[in-house]
Parts: sequence; structure tokens; C-alpha cells
Amino acid sequence: MAGDRHRIVGKPIRKVDGPSKCTGQTLFADDLSFPRMLWCKLLRSPHPHARIRSIDTSRARNHPGVVAVLTGRDLPIPFGILPVSQDEHALCLDRVRFVGDPVAAIAATDEEAAFEALRLIDVDYEPLDSILSIPDALDPARPPIHDYGDDGNIHKLVSLEFGDVEGGFAEAKEIIEGTYFYGGNTHLAMEQHAAVAVPEADGRIRLYSSTQTPHYSHRALAKVLEMPPAHIRVIAPPTGGGFGGKTDPFNHEIVVAKMALVTGRPVKICLTREEVFYCHRGRHPVLMGVRMGMKSDGSITALHFRTLLDGGGYGSYGVASTYYTGALQTVTYDVSNYKFESARLFTNKPPCGPKRGHGTPQPRFALEIHMDRAAERLGMDPAELRLAHLVPPGSLTANYLKVGSMGLGECIRKVVEGSRWKEKFRQLPHGRGVGLACGAYLSGAGLPIYWNNLPHTGVQLKLDRSGGVCVFCGETDVGQGSDSVLAQIVAEVLGIEPIDLRLVTSDTDLTPVDLGSYSSRVTLMMGNAAVQAAERARELLSSAVAGKLEIPPTRLVFADRHVFDAERPEIGMTFAEAVQTAEAKFGTIGTVGSYTPPPSAGRYRGAGVGPSPAYSYSAAVAEVDVDPDTGWVRVQKIWMAHDVGRSINPVLVMGQVEGGVYMGLGEALMEEQVFRANRNGVHKFPSMLEYKSPTTQEMCDVTTYLVEDPDPNGPFGAKEVGQGPLLPVPPAIANAVYDAVGVRIDEVPITPEKVLKALQAKDRRYGPADLPPVTWPPPLQVATPRQGGDGRAIGRAIGRASGGTTSTPAAEPARVDGRVTK
Amino acid sequence: MMRLPAFTYAAPRSIDEAARILAGEGPQAMLVAGGTDLYPNMKRRQQSPRVLIGLRGIRELSGITGIPTTGLSIGACTTLTDLSTHRLVVESYPALSRAVRTISTPILRNMGTIGGNICLDTRCNYYDQSYEWRRAINFCMKCDGDTCWVAPSSRTCLAVNSSDSVPLLCAIGATVRLAGTHGHREIAMRDFYNKDGIRYINKQPDEIVTHIALPPVNGWSATYHKLARRGSFDFPVLGVAVAMWRDPDGTVLDARIYLNAVASAPVEAAEARQALIGHKPTPDLIAHASHLASINAKPMDNTDLDYAWRKKMVRVYVRRALNGLS
Amino acid sequence: MSSLSKLRVRLRVNGEEHEMLVPVEKTLLEVLREDMGLTGTKHGCELGECGACAVLVDGKPVLSCLALPVELEGHEIMTVEGLAAAGRMHPLQEAFADLGAAQCGYCTPGFLLAAKSLLEQSSDPTRDEIKDALAGNLCRCTGYIKIYEAVELAARRMRSGSETAPEQAVLYGR
Repeated sequence: MAGDRHRIVGKPIRKVDGPSKCTGQTLFADDLSFPRMLWCKLLRSPHPHARIRSIDTSRARNHPGVVAVLTGRDLPIPFGILPVSQDEHALCLDRVRFVGDPVAAIAATDEEAAFEALRLIDVDYEPLDSILSIPDALDPARPPIHDYGDDGNIHKLVSLEFGDVEGGFAEAKEIIEGTYFYGGNTHLAMEQHAAVAVPEADGRIRLYSSTQTPHYSHRALAKVLEMPPAHIRVIAPPTGGGFGGKTDPFNHEIVVAKMALVTGRPVKICLTREEVFYCHRGRHPVLMGVRMGMKSDGSITALHFRTLLDGGGYGSYGVASTYYTGALQTVTYDVSNYKFESARLFTNKPPCGPKRGHGTPQPRFALEIHMDRAAERLGMDPAELRLAHLVPPGSLTANYLKVGSMGLGECIRKVVEGSRWKEKFRQLPHGRGVGLACGAYLSGAGLPIYWNNLPHTGVQLKLDRSGGVCVFCGETDVGQGSDSVLAQIVAEVLGIEPIDLRLVTSDTDLTPVDLGSYSSRVTLMMGNAAVQAAERARELLSSAVAGKLEIPPTRLVFADRHVFDAERPEIGMTFAEAVQTAEAKFGTIGTVGSYTPPPSAGRYRGAGVGPSPAYSYSAAVAEVDVDPDTGWVRVQKIWMAHDVGRSINPVLVMGQVEGGVYMGLGEALMEEQVFRANRNGVHKFPSMLEYKSPTTQEMCDVTTYLVEDPDPNGPFGAKEVGQGPLLPVPPAIANAVYDAVGVRIDEVPITPEKVLKALQAKDRRYGPADLPPVTWPPPLQVATPRQGGDGRAIGRAIGRASGGTTSTPAAEPARVDGRVTK
Repeated sequence: MMRLPAFTYAAPRSIDEAARILAGEGPQAMLVAGGTDLYPNMKRRQQSPRVLIGLRGIRELSGITGIPTTGLSIGACTTLTDLSTHRLVVESYPALSRAVRTISTPILRNMGTIGGNICLDTRCNYYDQSYEWRRAINFCMKCDGDTCWVAPSSRTCLAVNSSDSVPLLCAIGATVRLAGTHGHREIAMRDFYNKDGIRYINKQPDEIVTHIALPPVNGWSATYHKLARRGSFDFPVLGVAVAMWRDPDGTVLDARIYLNAVASAPVEAAEARQALIGHKPTPDLIAHASHLASINAKPMDNTDLDYAWRKKMVRVYVRRALNGLS
Repeated sequence: MSSLSKLRVRLRVNGEEHEMLVPVEKTLLEVLREDMGLTGTKHGCELGECGACAVLVDGKPVLSCLALPVELEGHEIMTVEGLAAAGRMHPLQEAFADLGAAQCGYCTPGFLLAAKSLLEQSSDPTRDEIKDALAGNLCRCTGYIKIYEAVELAARRMRSGSETAPEQAVLYGR
């Protein structure tokens, strides 16, 4: 079994924060309180799109208990997570862009007083025409929501071609087309966002926030508050679930910080559940058109993918999300020629952003159903079709993604065998079916959010003569277990136990920068930095101990809190004595480690999204019952195999797999953000009761297989697991529904009324019709590695604008440095 | 954090005392038992009573008395857990036990009461929202506004009766006992509800629901089928209850079918009942009766799940309920 | 702020008597967290829609967000802070920690208390009984699987009185 060579890595030991989370000791952001603390509430827009003519706060200021009131004029500097989309204000300046956009803030001596005073703020709005759908946003006659972007309400327009797609289609035996829609949904972390700002007597400020990315909040605070970053300290306490919903810097964080500076008192905000729905940044609704050319053996000669993203009112991570809907189609099955066109649109709804799988579950849903269709057309078993055309390990894809270890074949074989696929597929009685799908995800994005050439993470160790080790790292545990990964790696290298470590994490004053808990980057990147820091400490200790024992340092073993001679284990000393020996020789012992991902191979504009040091792979088989009378789908069981490279802690890896299956199940069957376009664009049900997330009664059985194919770039070979296992679940369920009752449901959520409609439809399908017309710019052309390309763009195709009659000039400068997110 | 608005709290020790306080305080007072329906509404400012009269300290309102051969009397403050697990209920009124077990969650059933469930405020996803949300649509006629956003031409509120116990209690012929300062009265459960989402129960402002009386067990059998997205937490978007009396040869003597969550009051499928009486329930007859039952169900777009699909489900669910009893 | 009346209430929490003056409209959730410093009880909606704020009242789980202290005088309240005894975690806490059943940990207190109530009624619950007993608690991290396995492990350990090890497949997958 993997991990046998190690004492701690690979072992299913307790999460380091397990006992404190099970006893109620863990303090989340809303659990903090400070003397003289004020409570903050935000007044939010009741209009989806309006100009603010004026705001009168005088009545609110006079309400008993109210200490301060802020409006947009107090915080006029814009911010946003991406440098290219600095389009948010902590409080709207002159325009509101969705129902729920914050316009004013009140701090009072208790929360109820602040809440009551909200109704005393008089805002004079001039309602504007609101844009609530993808077709609305594509209509050039409708007013633009922002004064930037690629055209009208098109926030971002992308057009890329790798190789010769028309040539690829000409070579194809079969051309398979499909249109798909992935409904928008939200994270619904159990913890509502909370933040507490504490002013310090010397003018500095401290912010505790339930964030996955304290570093990015830190940057936004410094910008908007116009304070030196060194005077702002952001601390992320343990976060009660994020799933991507706490990765943007948020208006409420900035507001409480400003309130604390204005009042000189600590200020807390804890959003209500309804407000969390307005923060959102969840899954983009994506409309997709897929055209795939295949030879009779199933090899993909050409793939043309079009995606339209309903982005909501602000940029958020949207530019990255847009590219992610096209980036990872190439890392599972070999694609010779690939064309990707995409547009992200502004609409008057809460902004979408990254949710578990960031931009990739939507195209993966389309691609995996498409593969199921292709297998049927070609008369092949869907598992065999996939196995025959896997991207080989160590290869470079058509869009210049470097694939390292690649365990998808093993994943497919595991779930096929475990589910008894061969006995079930197309053989179960009517109403029961099985479906197979796969997925792949990044182990961290190859490039940072803002352009820099600095490490993505750092780990610092302080070794104490008592034998304890203090580990400093900016990583943020959002429940995924990153604290445990850090502790297990350091303890493994130094031969001590996790309990001997004191972890100091996610504190911008005390810890080296880590970019945050997103893009499944932490285990790989922080893990590598931790290995480096710990190995450097071990070298110092080895050198001192070897000198004292008069043996070569290479013979020393670090294990069981001892440092000893591998050949004569009785010769050695305790770890504490080893530290003392080294401290006597070198002085105070501290080491650092850091990690920067390898450079990407792609050099074309847009190549910045998709590269990763390693890709994880997953395969799933779902078995479902479909009630032909009602259309009701019940998922009985999911078999999920995940190529994690190497488990640092298998029981935690399993927890991530099962959690990914759960969230995928919810997205597949019931979770959906719905807005009432004919009722002022309100969110139909911003509540935990009516936004349906699976309970114990809906969750299916799960059998998990961990495939361990160590990746050379991962610490101990480890790759990601937090996001990848979600991806195959929705398409596996859709494919199983087809196997059960013979209807294609080409959109999620797969609700019973859609299944029933499909059962009664002539084409036995439910899904979107064609994509609305978009004038795509000529694609940026890139020669594939197979064509001898070097990763740079050749140029824009001329006269190849597709899908419309007029040509939009290429909005982007001819920049080919591969850094789209700058 | 969602918090309750301020109020004063009265804790009477007897029904008479509660009725006196209620009459004295008038419309600014509300009764509370488990609080699982009222407190969320108050936190969303759908209701802001100045006085709350807590009933849980009134001993005579809790517990179950009687025997199945002559009928049971259930105190209105009996929790849903206690009711659904009570030995006599489980053994002699199993359909009621099962129906009550479908209500919300096991934790909320430890708190919520049967009296609260039969008085459950009608529900609508234009109404069960925070003050700020409702302000964005300029409020609705049930609270603070004058339009029914479900159907703006409607002159009555279309909020939905969403109780899981009510259709079953109607079908088996249960009655409601009320007490007020002017004395006591008893009313059939089926007559207790109005097709008006605002004035949805026939209760005078000073009356208190004290007991629910279950009829004797004398040969009928009953069932309840609930349609909801999830097996927990969710209110029904369709509830079908059937009680059936049959001759030893299988002929239907009577069959009362009640639908819930498709209107502001439980809907009796009277034509379906007439079609069944005097006949043996063959598959064809059941299909016919199910079709008749579905005609009068008019679900609106104010709950979870597609309303046109919910309408189609009436037929399927009635058929399944009848099949289960045949 | 605009409280109409404050009441003196006596609450028995985790075996200790507390007497305090609170506005009558303050829920048990708010009093536990804000007046007693017992922040182990969490909140995810405050409307009875998630189960995060569950506590035990006389051994049965109830939602503290919909309970008033004035209604709970004379009852025994237990929060997650009262689950461990004499510095030793309850077997459920041990099992949750062993299996990673607490990921973000935010729903964990509610699950632990609902599970404690279950194990007091049934020492060897089936998987379906566990699912039913925990149907009033939402978790977004675990998919509930590790929670079920932890309840089963704790039940097994409580029945045998020993530190039974979890099954291999629970720890390592297949």
C-alpha cells in the first residue's frame, strides 16, 4: 500500500483540527467578539439596475444606537479580484447592478438597532432597463451595465483555434453536434460570511474574515482604504466551508474595516443567509454548443466548443472562468485540432465566479454526454471508447497543457469493474440505468491572479530547543484539511509527530504569503514548500548531529522523535537534543521553503488559464432509478475512482471525494439559482429551505477508489482531490438517465419535469435549442505541438469570423506573452 | 443573524387564562406553541405581534387521551414527535403517524405541535421572504401590499396550505375543538379551512385550538402520499390523503380524497369519491377516479417545482394512493 | 435595542445553573452565543432550515434559533461544549475526529448532538436509522458518508467499551 515507506504521509491519521472542531473550541469569524464592538448591517438595492440619484442618511444617523453610517462616497476606489476587472465598489457609488447590491452601511451598538436603522436611509433611485438573460445581454440595443468590456454587455470575448479544425472535421467519419446548458448554482457553505475589524491604537487595522484568500482581501483593503499593506493585518480564522464562495475580496470586509477606522471601535458583520446568496460568485450558467469530429475508431479529429456565460453584475473571476470553460477539454481524451469560442456576459444578477471546479464542470458535463452519444453512434462501449483515446502521460496537449502523471485509465477500469458495468450497461430493466463519465482538474493554477514573478506560497519553520516546531504558512484551512497536510508533511520529514507542531496559518502579518485556498493548489504548492523548508531544517540538524556522532550525515534517520544512525539505530539522540546540537552550532534554527510552478508551455494570449503543475483525474459510474410516470430520478449509488497521485492522508482524500460526489449530485438534480425576470429580477428563493441542497435522504451510496500514480511535480507525488471528483457526477447521472429510460437530458439540474417532458417529446430529449447568434471575432491561431508549433500564436485568421454577418474587430492588442489574467 | 422583533410574552397556565389574555390584547397578540412556523415568519417581519401568548405551559393542551374504538383526543400542544410515536397512534392510526413523520425534520418535529401544524400559515414564495426582499417586489396582498404576485389579477391571496397532517385529518373525518371566552365549539376539520390565503382558517380572533379529535377506528383505512423535492425539511408541493371504507367483498362504501398544497385550503376530490362509491376499485376505475381528482387541482407558480408538472402529478399520486389501499 | 421587556431567566446549561436578565425575544441561540460565550453552537440560517444550531433539551435535539429561553426554564440544555466529560471526548467526538467527519466543522456540533440523542435511543442503529435521525442537519462538505461511518464507529465502541479500529475501506478507500 502506498505510504508504507513513510511514517505519517499516507496514513489516515486524525485531522489536526478534528478535536477542536468536535468540541466546539474552534473559533470561526462570527464567534469572535471584542470589547465595545459595534455591529454592522448593509442596506441593499431593491432594484436590479438603477442609478442612485441621492442618498439621505440623516434619519438613520439619529436612530438610537447608531454610531456611524457610510455610503459609496466614503469608499470611492474600485476593487475586484482580477486586475482587469476592478469594477466593484464597497458601497455602490452611483449605480446598482443587481437586487442585493450594497448601497449604504450602518454600525450600531447592537445588530437589531443597525437593522432597524436601515429602513431610515432614504435612497432615490432612477430605475434602468435591466438585463436578465443571455439573449438580453447579446442585444446591442440594450444599455450596457458597465462602461468597460469587449462590446456592449459582452464582458469578455475569446476565440482560439489550435491546429486546423476545418481540416479535422474533413477527416472525420462522424460529426456529432449537441447543445447543452448548465444551470447556475451556488456554494451554500454552512457558515455565512462574517468579518470583524479591530482598530489598533497606533492606527493600524486588523481584519478577521471568513475568507479562503486572506492575501487577496489584504490587497483589496490596502487599495480601497489607501493604507500601506504593512499597516493592515488580515487573519482568516478556520472557515466554515467555502467551495469558492469566499475567494473574492468582499464589500462587507472593506466596509467593516472602514467602519472600524471611522469609529475607532471593533466592528462585526455577519451576513444573513439571504445576503450570502447576494455575495454568490457561484457557478456561471453556461450555454454550450459542441461539435466533434471522430474517426470510426473514436479518435477525435476536431473539437469545436462554444460557451456563453451568464456572468451577473460584476467581473469577479469571470475572465478566468471564461477561459476555464475551454481549457481542460484537451487533457482527458486526445484532441488533434481544437477551436474554442466564448463570451461572458454582464447581467443584472448577483455576480458569478468560481465554485468547486471553476468553469470546468459545465464543459465537462457537455463533453462527457457528447462522448456517450459518440460511443452510441460508433457502436462502442463508452468505457472502451474513452480508454482507447486517453491523453498519454507526459504529453503536451493541442492547447499546450503539460500532462504529467495520468491515471484516468486506471480510474475507468476500477469503476467499470466495481460497478459491474459490463453486466449492467444497456442491460438493466427499463427505469434503471448506469452512466459513466470522467473528469480532470488542476492541482493549482500555473499563474497567479495578478501578474508577478514571486513564489505562490511559502512555509517558514522555527525549531525550538524543546523539540517543538512552529510552522508558519499563509494557507487557509476551509475544511479541506490543508492544516493537516502541512503538519503531516513537516512531521514526516523531521521524524516527529503532528502534535509536536504548532501551526500558525493564514495571517498576513505572521505568515509567508500563500495565495489562498482556490484552484486546488494548496496540497501541491504548499506541500512542496513545506518539504523544502523541512528538508532544509533536516539538513541543518543532520550536519550538526553527524558531526557530533562522527558519522556521515547521509546515514542519519529522522523518525519517532529521534535522530539516529541507520546502521546502528542505538546510536543517536532525541529530536530535541538534535535541535539543541544544531542550535549550539548554528544559532537559532529557522528555515524557509517556497514554491513557484514550472513555466507554462503556451505563449499565446489566453494561455495563462489552464496550465497546472499536475492534473488529477476521476472516473465515475452512476446507477439511477427513473420513475417513468413522474420523471423522478433517484441516484442509488456512485462508484468514483480518483487519481490523486498520492494520498497524504487517505481518509481525508476520501472525505473530499465523497463531498465532491455530494455537491455534484446536488448540482445534477436540484441545486439552481433562479431569478424572477418578470418580478424585478429578484432571486426566487434566497433561503436554505427553497434552494435545495441534498439531505441525508437524497445522498447516494458512494464507493471510492483511490488511484495512486505519483506525479513528479507533487509533494510525495500528491495531486489535488478537492474539486476534481465533482466533475464526472452530473454527466454520469445524465448518461445513466439515458440508459434507464432512453432520454437525453442535456441540462442540469435534471429535474423530474424535464425528464417527463423528454419522455413525451418526439426527439426524446430535453435541453436548449441552438445558441443565440454571436459575432465571433476571427480566432487567434496557434499551431499545435504536433504541427510543430512553439506555443505562440501565428496570428488572427482573416475573414474567418463565424456565426454572424458583421465582423467585430479584435479588441485585444497583439500580445502573446501568455498572461491573460495579467 | 436574523432576530425576532421585540414583544412581550405571556405564559398562561390554563386555556381560560389564555383565552382571556387573547381577547384582552386583541389583534396585536398571537398564540405560539412550538414556534417553528411563527418565529421564522416574525424574523422575516411577515408578522410582528406585540404580545405572544405561549401555550406550552398549559398542561391540558398536551397529551393524547381516549381509545381507538371510540376515538382519540390529541391536545393541540402535543409535539409532532410525541404524536407520531404514540403507541395508540402508531397501532391504530398508522397513516397519521406516517403523515406526521413526513413533516419537516426530526428536530423540528420535537418542537412543532399538531395544533401549530393545522394552523400552519399558508405559504408562498412571494410571501415567505424577508422584508427587504418583499420590498423589492413592492410587497404582496398577504402582507404589507395589495397585489397577488402569483396571479396579479387574483382578488384573493393564493398562498398555499402546506400542512402534511391536514389532508389526512380531513379524509378520516377528524374534528377541531376550539375554546374562546364565549365557550367551546367543535368543527369538522374539512370545514376549518377557507380558500383564501389570508383568512385561511375559520377561527375567531379570540379562539384557541385546544384539541384534535380523531374518529373511532371502524373499518376504514387511510394513506398519505407526499410530493416534495427532498425527503426532509421540505413542505409538500402536493399531498394526497385517502381514507377508504370497503365492504368485505371489496366494494367501496366511501372514499374521501383530499389534496393539499394545490390551493389555499385542502381540496376534496368529490367527483372521484362519487365515482368510487359502490364499485370495486379496478385499475380502470382507479385511473378514472385519479383523472377526476386532478381536474380541480390548480397548483400555481408559488412553490418549489414546476407547477404544470405538479398538476400532472396529482393524477399519478392519487392513483398510487388508491392503489395502496385497494 | 427597542426591547419591550427583559426577563430574568434561569437556564440549566451543560449541568450548570445560569441566571440572567435577557430581552424576551432573544433566542436561545443568541443567549448561548452572545451572553454565555458558548459559541460552539453555530447558525446557518436562523430560520430552522439547516440544523446547525441544534442543542439538546432534555436529551432531545431542538433548534436553538427557534427556542426562547423563557420557554426552557426547568429543562436540561446541552450544547457541544457539554459533550466531553472530565476532559475526555465523548465517543462520538472521538469517532468524528478519527474519520474526518468534521471537515469545515461548522455543522458538526448539530450533528454530534442529534447523533447523541439517537444513540441514547438505539445502541446499534442501522444506516437507515442514522440517515433518518440526522435528516434535520445539513452538511455541505462530507456528503454525510463519513458522518454515518463515525456514528457507526462510535456506537460500536460504546457497545464494546473498547477502542475498536475503523474498517480499512473507511480509511483507505478501495
